[in-house]
Amino acid sequence: MDFQLTEDQRALRDGTRELLAGRFGRERLRAAVEEPALDRALWRELGAAGFFALRLPEEAGGVGLGLPEAVLVFEEAGRALLPGPLVACHLLAGVVDGVAAGEKIVGLCEADRDPVLWEHSGECDELILVEGGVGRGIGGPGGEVRGEVRGEVRGEPRGAYGRTGGAYRSVPDRVVCAPFASIDPLTPLARVLDLPRTAPLALDVPRLCREAALLTAAQQLGSAARTVEMAVGYAREREQFGVAIGSFQAVKHLCAQMLVRAEIARSAVYAAAVTERVLDIAAAKLLADEAAVDNARDCLQVHGGMGFTWEADVHLHLKRAWLRAERWEVAGETEELLAAGLIG
Amino acid sequence: MDLTYTPEEEDFRARLRTWLGEVLPRLPEKPAAADWPGRRAYDTTWQRMLYDAGYAGLHWPLDAGGQGATPTQHLIFLEETERAGAPYVGANFVGLLHAGPTLAVEGSAAQRARWLPPILRGDEIWCQGFSEPDAGSDLAALRTRAVRDGDSYVVSGAKIWTSHAEVADWCELLVRTDPAAPRHHGISWLAMPMDAPGVTVRPLRTLAGSTEFAEMFLDEVRVPVGNRVGAENDGWRVTMVTLSFERGTAFVGEVVACRRVLGALARAARANGRWDDAVLRRRLGRLHAEFAALWRLIQWNVSEAMAGPPGAGRRGSGGGVPGIGGSVFKLRYSHVRQELYDTAAQVLGAGALDADHEWAADRLSSLSYTIAAGTSQIQQNIVAERILGLPKGR
Ligand SMILES: Cc1cc2nc3c(=O)[nH]c(=O)nc-3n(C[C@H](O)[C@H](O)[C@H](O)COP(=O)(O)OP(=O)(O)OC[C@H]3O[C@@H](n4cnc5c(N)ncnc54)[C@H](O)[C@@H]3O)c2cc1C
Repeated sequence: MDFQLTEDQRALRDGTRELLAGRFGRERLRAAVEEPALDRALWRELGAAGFFALRLPEEAGGVGLGLPEAVLVFEEAGRALLPGPLVACHLLAGVVDGVAAGEKIVGLCEADRDPVLWEHSGECDELILVEGGVGRGIGGPGGEVRGEVRGEVRGEPRGAYGRTGGAYRSVPDRVVCAPFASIDPLTPLARVLDLPRTAPLALDVPRLCREAALLTAAQQLGSAARTVEMAVGYAREREQFGVAIGSFQAVKHLCAQMLVRAEIARSAVYAAAVTERVLDIAAAKLLADEAAVDNARDCLQVHGGMGFTWEADVHLHLKRAWLRAERWEVAGETEELLAAGLIG
Repeated sequence: MDLTYTPEEEDFRARLRTWLGEVLPRLPEKPAAADWPGRRAYDTTWQRMLYDAGYAGLHWPLDAGGQGATPTQHLIFLEETERAGAPYVGANFVGLLHAGPTLAVEGSAAQRARWLPPILRGDEIWCQGFSEPDAGSDLAALRTRAVRDGDSYVVSGAKIWTSHAEVADWCELLVRTDPAAPRHHGISWLAMPMDAPGVTVRPLRTLAGSTEFAEMFLDEVRVPVGNRVGAENDGWRVTMVTLSFERGTAFVGEVVACRRVLGALARAARANGRWDDAVLRRRLGRLHAEFAALWRLIQWNVSEAMAGPPGAGRRGSGGGVPGIGGSVFKLRYSHVRQELYDTAAQVLGAGALDADHEWAADRLSSLSYTIAAGTSQIQQNIVAERILGLPKGR
């Protein structure tokens, strides 16, 4: 057992951080807030850097790495608040042509949600809808939990589509949408009313959903770690009563709890990437969602009035954290799954 | 990132499991909580069994009489002993988990030869005389005086909250040897025999009704100068070593125990119908995530300690001192442990009012976890100042 990053993993993380700092720094981030169209050139660079093809086998033009490496890369994307359907493109790189190289952008929607939301609807070259993924596959790899947990967990699927599990692809202009004002200025959303299910895709949907949850958790972790740094940085500089506010215990204790949340989430996310167990992924998503949301809140508090402004980046972290928490495995579902996992 | 155990480690686990299966049925009956001599006998009997089988001081260095096991083997040991329902360290806590490790790092060869083997054999019990009535969180404010008189220190003062003092043979005692020096510079670390004339122990009753800890009055107690560990007036540095063992590693085994309790809670809730309460069920699910993550954090900290540079938190084959990452763990663990037993009370309903129920008793004792070994407020200061680098405050 050596639960630390290897040299190669560290290099991958550092390289990704550098790439994103160079190509998606603060200025670019704020420009994207005003104009959220995805940067296609950057998308191709991410493709060239192997961001999407990371786990495809080398014979297929991929990098041949595993889930732990993908988690490290997505953690960096979360730190940088990089927008776009990154999870979708990563998971569908071997399925839809042109996605691996960053030439095409593909979106993913979960049918078992109400409303069914589609990120960056204006920019996807294709849309894939999955249904029946939540709470399923529980008898799958490491399947500790048996039985029809989903029935107990969520009742009947509530989405716009029937009960059969599966994945369907569609061209965007055939999808019927209603406008939806996204709370996250960096993630435009559309509400999907109808999507033709004419082109079924042979995908392991439960697995895809689990990996989507884990990669989303990794982004939450990155965001949670970043907001600790932001809070600590501000607390060192901002002065009140003639001293740095970071010398006040009330502020210190907020920051300490932020670190604790991030480190707990990190342990859970990294472990889930290694084991790929259903319950480990559920725990990782639960704790990472909590860490990202609560850390952004506390970071906002440490920033005082400044934290409430559009100018500070804190709200961008909080809004994205809220959005990610509503995607893939969400709190009630993960808690039920983990509870069921206690009964041997 | 690798969470698998090597074949050697799995082999170690299998042998340990077999041994536990053989010896645990031979263990004497567990004594009542109030029966201190009985508890001492029980805990030391178990320690002796470990010693005879070659499992005592598993991760202590070889030259300290330990087995020189890797931290990973130590984790396996804790997992397996907990899983098998083996006794907790109990009265051996201080000796095995922080006085002994401190002696192994800071003691002279003679001191190690004198004190370490009896700890490992279960012959001698240690207690910790750090806190005083006016020096708890502010430990450096301690006032107990030690005045040199020939080959002895003459010690006078008072200690408080001394766990296991009633049955201890030795005390890791902090004394002020230079009252004129700045607070942190006049302190020394002594091994005091508890049967020395002038030592009075007065048990204190805890909120759980038991006598877990005591007050200790020291009236001109003579302690040989040779019992000082580290240089005179350099005791604060030695104390930091003791505290990092106490906070860093001492609670690790309990996480496995909590996971076992959590499973039992879920089954009990299923049996009594409270499982149908979705709020309670989800709370159990959340705790499942918490304890799983705490165990992963332990694995992370242990791996980091193995990989770290010598001196900076390296434990290697067991000798070095754990880093301050233990504060991050303790903050979350102490909180989640309390939540666990609050949830147990929800599962039990009015049954949780039965003070004799195991979970009710554990609920009471869990209240100490955010206080003992440094309060949560103090741990947060440590994390903020020493890990996050925020400015020191008051
Ligand atoms: C079950 C149990 C067993 C123990 N066993 C031992 C033992 O064997 N040997 C031993 O030496 N000691 C032992 N202790 C003592 C323990 O270490 C102290 O209780 C602890 O360090 C707190 O000190 P105190 O009780 O004096 O509280 P105080 O220091 O008076 O603290 C009271 C409150 O003030 C807060 N506070 C104090 N200073 C600060 C600050 N700077 N910033 C913010 N908040 C602050 C604390 O967090 C706490 O909430 C034990 C305690 C318990 C509960």
